[in-house]
Amino acid sequence: MVKGILGKKIGMTQIFDEDGRVIPVTVVQAGPCVVVQRKTSESDGYEAAQIGLVESRPMRKANRPRSGHFAKAGIPPTRYLAEVPLEAGDEAAPGDAVLVEIFQENDTVHVNGISKGRGFQGVIKRHGFGGGRATHGSMFHRAPGSIGQAAYPAKVFAGQKMPGQMGNKRVTVKNVRVVKVDPERNLLFLKGGVPGARNSYVRIVKVS
Amino acid sequence: MDILREVTQQQLRTDIPDFRPGDNVKVYVRLKEGSKERIQAFEGLVIGRKHGGIAETFTVRKISSGIGVERTFPLHSPSIAKIEVTRRGRVRRAKLYYIRDLRGKAARIREAARKS
Repeated sequence: MVKGILGKKIGMTQIFDEDGRVIPVTVVQAGPCVVVQRKTSESDGYEAAQIGLVESRPMRKANRPRSGHFAKAGIPPTRYLAEVPLEAGDEAAPGDAVLVEIFQENDTVHVNGISKGRGFQGVIKRHGFGGGRATHGSMFHRAPGSIGQAAYPAKVFAGQKMPGQMGNKRVTVKNVRVVKVDPERNLLFLKGGVPGARNSYVRIVKVS
Repeated sequence: MDILREVTQQQLRTDIPDFRPGDNVKVYVRLKEGSKERIQAFEGLVIGRKHGGIAETFTVRKISSGIGVERTFPLHSPSIAKIEVTRRGRVRRAKLYYIRDLRGKAARIREAARKS
């Protein structure tokens, strides 16, 4: 069986468990997906299944490379295409469906998606720097401060936290609990938040 | 948005009486102690209702041996066994946080003509 699925983030809400505790959940419309390509160790050096998310609104126009790729599998093109690992010795042929049923309650999954873009941000928002005081003539407010020493080491170390683009980047949240599966509506309820805005795509992979 | 409303629909409770800030309520809370379950009541003044849908909560304030105690309950929580409205109050605000600064006679709330 394929160990992952693609989905669309619907949003967050909460549900009550049997003890009456509130659990914050993210609702993801996961699947149905189709296997588009099977990657094998012989041809690709590793085992995986490439799957595409089938949406109710099909892709209007696919570019030539994409149409060719999907024509090979004999399925209509999808917008979101990603690879997911396979369980050892398992088969998945192009055209096979991947549904939320592969998950069960209390499964642990990794979720990745593109985080909300926050643009070019300073060090306070981006890295949580403290900044200086606003008043009393401090003259140092939101600047990063010193980024290193002088003659020795005479360089700025790689990885120094500085202002720059924040968000709009692939982020993975690990070890997320599946709270509920709704096969009828293709919904997955994941505990806590997942990266991305509403209606953005996410990839969910089961942890073995 | 609609999917979110749909999926929480079945957890919404329909047995909740209509009550507003200013009303006095008695909330029967289910408590789990080990394997045994028992019900405890918390009676006081509703000083606000917040949020909507499945996330709606209400805050009840009471004076317990001279000390103000507030408890916020999720309105749709299955651990609430029952809610009883004991008194209807007339107030002109949605949140009665000002009551926290008042003591004794000043902290009274006029009874409403509203029927339950």
